[in-house]
Amino acid sequence: MKHSRRNILSLFSIALCSAFTFAAAIQSHWDHIPAKDHLRVNPLGGRSDAIAAGARVYTDHCAECHKTDARGDGHKRPSLRSEHIRSATDGDIEWFLRQGDLAHGMPSWSSLPTEQRWQLAAYLKSIQ
Amino acid sequence: MSFSSLIRALNPAGVLAVSLVLWLGPNLRAQEKPYFVTYSHDLEEPGNLEIETKTALARPDASTRYGATALEFEYGVRGWWTSELYLDGQATAQDSTVFTGFRIENRVRPLMRDHAVNPVLYVEFESISGADKTILEVVGHDGGSDLASPNGVARREHKHEGELKLILSSNLRDWNIAENFIAEKNLGHAPWEFGYAIGAARPLRGAASDRSCTFCAEKFVAGAEAYGGLGDTDLLTLGDTSHYIAPLLGWQLPKGLRVSFSPGFGLTSTSLTRVYRVGVAFEFNQVANWFHSANGGTQ
Repeated sequence: MKHSRRNILSLFSIALCSAFTFAAAIQSHWDHIPAKDHLRVNPLGGRSDAIAAGARVYTDHCAECHKTDARGDGHKRPSLRSEHIRSATDGDIEWFLRQGDLAHGMPSWSSLPTEQRWQLAAYLKSIQ
Repeated sequence: MSFSSLIRALNPAGVLAVSLVLWLGPNLRAQEKPYFVTYSHDLEEPGNLEIETKTALARPDASTRYGATALEFEYGVRGWWTSELYLDGQATAQDSTVFTGFRIENRVRPLMRDHAVNPVLYVEFESISGADKTILEVVGHDGGSDLASPNGVARREHKHEGELKLILSSNLRDWNIAENFIAEKNLGHAPWEFGYAIGAARPLRGAASDRSCTFCAEKFVAGAEAYGGLGDTDLLTLGDTSHYIAPLLGWQLPKGLRVSFSPGFGLTSTSLTRVYRVGVAFEFNQVANWFHSANGGTQ
């Protein structure tokens, strides 16, 4: 009985340690956007209705961390009115929203419908 | 089920949580799937706390109707790590209302990028009694007859169980497709039991509206899930196992409230004929900041 319990605890420990080890190996990957994603063009780019809808998506999903003015908190939550976003392509922004940066607290928004990510990208470009 | 039974089924802790949620007023939402048994690779946003009640209503053969509620506290520890606490209870008509135990679980995403298939590792410890009827998973040879014992008898059985799940989940276009493989072990003296859950869901509309709305299509998520037992290490067979299929509907309400509903249908003779599930969830954002503010932190 004791032996069996020890085996189970070992199994749990291994599973947790593996996860932590993988997690420790992570890095920011904003700089590793695949070329095909980098070149993608926002199918909704510049449309006023998409920008307005993107603003709503931003309010719902992003404003809590990045603040309503998208200037972040000056610490861990970066400003989205930045040279980084200004110089990013539509595809870069959509890719980053889809991937997130789990290691640094930015969730993946791959669960958002694709159109909403493009709406959000259109909004972020509009506020630069 | 009479109205009074239904009220009893929503145990006091669940009612208290929902009341608290409504009282606290406006807050956010999350793009959540309305799964009750299946897990996708969506984790809680770091720093956020979601409180959800998952209620199962059913009537086993040769027994009376019951309602069982799991009150779930889900916290995003990191972007890749979510931790949860469940408090379970149930009320059975012409019997009693009982607290049936707790579960602690952790889910971690070992891969930091989004892939075609995203694995999540799930580890859970359960301390529940035999009277637990929440059916948060089906494993081994679990069947409807397990839920028919009177509470006074069933609650004498105490179960300390460990559970491992491998969650595989994909977002394809606007669909989420998730597969869960479950291995559960009573830490005392029982074989490993196995089970599965698969689910698919998508919002009724992809694009967000540029105006505030409650009933527009993007606020609804529809799908289905299927789950069941796969036997155990003593009897690795599908004989005498339970399997269910359940359509799902989720609705994102204003003020950060999310409601989901699912009628489940048993597919084998050992399954419950029907299980109705209702979920109510609310997400509190950045709860850690509440304490920072109180201490003169950055907020």
